[in-house]
Amino acid sequence: MDITNEEINRVPQVLGNKSFKKVTEIISKPAETKAPKWWFIGLIGSMSLAALLFSLIGYLIWDGVGVWGLNNPVGWGFAIVNFVFWVGIGHAGTLISAILFLFRQKWRTSINRFAEAMTIFAVICAGIFPGIHVGRIWLAYYLFPIPNSMAMWPNFKSALLWDVFAVSTYFTVSLLFWYVGLIPDLATFRDRARTKIKKIAYGIFALGWNGSNRHWLNYEKAYMILAAIATPLVLSVHSIVSFDFATSNLPGWHTTIFPPYFVAGAVFSGFAMVLTLLIIARKIFGLEDLVTIRHLENMNKFILATGTMVGYAYAMEFFMAWYSANQYEAFAFINRAFGPYAWAYWIMVSCNVISPQFFWFKKLRTNIPIMFVISIFVNIGMWFERFVITVTSLHRDFLPSSWDYYIPTWVDIMTFVGSFGLFFTLFLLFLKYLPIISISEVKGVMDIADPHHYDEHKEEKS
Amino acid sequence: MTFHGYLCEVDNPKDLVELSKKVRDSGYIKFDTYSPFPIHGIDKAMGIPASVLPWLSLTGCIIGLTCALTMQIWMNGIDYKIPLSGKPYISLPAFIPVTFELTILFTAFFTVFGMFGLNKLPTWYRPIFNNASIKRATCSGFFLSISTLDNNFDESKTRLFLEKNGAKNIERILD
Repeated sequence: MDITNEEINRVPQVLGNKSFKKVTEIISKPAETKAPKWWFIGLIGSMSLAALLFSLIGYLIWDGVGVWGLNNPVGWGFAIVNFVFWVGIGHAGTLISAILFLFRQKWRTSINRFAEAMTIFAVICAGIFPGIHVGRIWLAYYLFPIPNSMAMWPNFKSALLWDVFAVSTYFTVSLLFWYVGLIPDLATFRDRARTKIKKIAYGIFALGWNGSNRHWLNYEKAYMILAAIATPLVLSVHSIVSFDFATSNLPGWHTTIFPPYFVAGAVFSGFAMVLTLLIIARKIFGLEDLVTIRHLENMNKFILATGTMVGYAYAMEFFMAWYSANQYEAFAFINRAFGPYAWAYWIMVSCNVISPQFFWFKKLRTNIPIMFVISIFVNIGMWFERFVITVTSLHRDFLPSSWDYYIPTWVDIMTFVGSFGLFFTLFLLFLKYLPIISISEVKGVMDIADPHHYDEHKEEKS
Repeated sequence: MTFHGYLCEVDNPKDLVELSKKVRDSGYIKFDTYSPFPIHGIDKAMGIPASVLPWLSLTGCIIGLTCALTMQIWMNGIDYKIPLSGKPYISLPAFIPVTFELTILFTAFFTVFGMFGLNKLPTWYRPIFNNASIKRATCSGFFLSISTLDNNFDESKTRLFLEKNGAKNIERILD
């Protein structure tokens, strides 16, 4: 399919003149047919990795943080890197569901459910790492303002405590937003259910929704308000995550560019992850007419824009290191690019700055194998970005006698791999049991959903 | 068997809007329409006033803001003072992130549960679910129901009125 610029405004959201019933059938199909073999294989694989994650967490709690590769100057390793990586991935989901909703970008309807699900599962993975890295896990309740016999309260001036509130609020609001969006579709599944169990299970969560327009009125208002509050929320969450670094007095971390730079990076990595997952799901479930090449192209444009912002931030950090005339700052950045971790730095630059630049070309932007490869590169690059920020800033302390080289242990690496297992377990269950595209929203943006579509002059034309 | 009202069907969103206007203009108040997605302009056609939900959200917003500030000022400024980097015990700029997050959190709770409250969700059983055709309202059907509780309702006249105005598959809602 080739779309020219003149035509782009008139490209229908759903291709192939589909009826409402057909749309319901396409989206319900994965949940109503027997799961394919790859699904079982994938689920078993992911569940074993998730089991690995939980056993390694058990090992960590049993043995202590010594099982990780942390050393004296590098007291913050994979746990924070993985946390920021996973939280960042979540951000694209909220951006697609909330910000694009407020901007009336109707193309978002076919990908928002998918992206929101990804947000929730990514934030679950993210939440694990700060939870387990506290060392003495039985004291994790210190994170929350819970009245206790020591008459102590948490320190609300600490960026780490801000993070607790930011991430838990983000998870809760994302979950509410996702669930509110799911209610009408769960009702669709309930009404199509053929077995008693499905009818009851979907029925409970559909809350007795029956498509009443008196309900839709309040529902749409609720959805809009949620989008309006989720928008500043998503910007605040990664800003607060960046405060974990930026409020400390460490060269390489203590920079004012961090909040916008982190938010851009988060959206960048999240879009790459949505793209990776969507390209596969679209192919497997035959959703090509609902998730069109134009949707993918739009996402690539986001990747190009945010990737370029991230590249700009990398350059600006170097400029500020020089312009500030602060020798510690200058050393931190020169060491980042040419020091012992130069390999990580250049992986990051080639994946994050160079690879999205291919999307300037329409041919490459609409080529599915190429965008798949680039999305993988971006996922890798963004993980390395967090690794570079955390580790390179720490491993060269102010005292050269403390300098050390951080090497993750097998526990570090396998815990990270295991978190992918948890993510994909949840994701595969979602693909099988829930509507992966928002049924009611897709119908709402179809031409036949508009009452004016049936007006006289339209009929004459067709 | 209680008789709750009539349920009828039309072909498309436009017909539903047109029929709602006629039902509204004939003085019916206790009626409802059902569609697989919200239809643009149907609230006006049915004569439903704007949702009061934003006021509930605002209430949540103010409660969240107040709770967050009170909690932090009391915990860190009064009950358990932490001397930290020369900042005052009650340091409002440092309290902004948590205040912001809790404001959003409370607003979200009030919005979602406020919407549930206004829509009386969850209500797992409604008499209308006894009519098998309503299952299509979540897929491709467009329906309208008029309740027996409406003052203008009359078993034969209402049915005649619906038939005259192009409603199809008129059914009785029973339980």
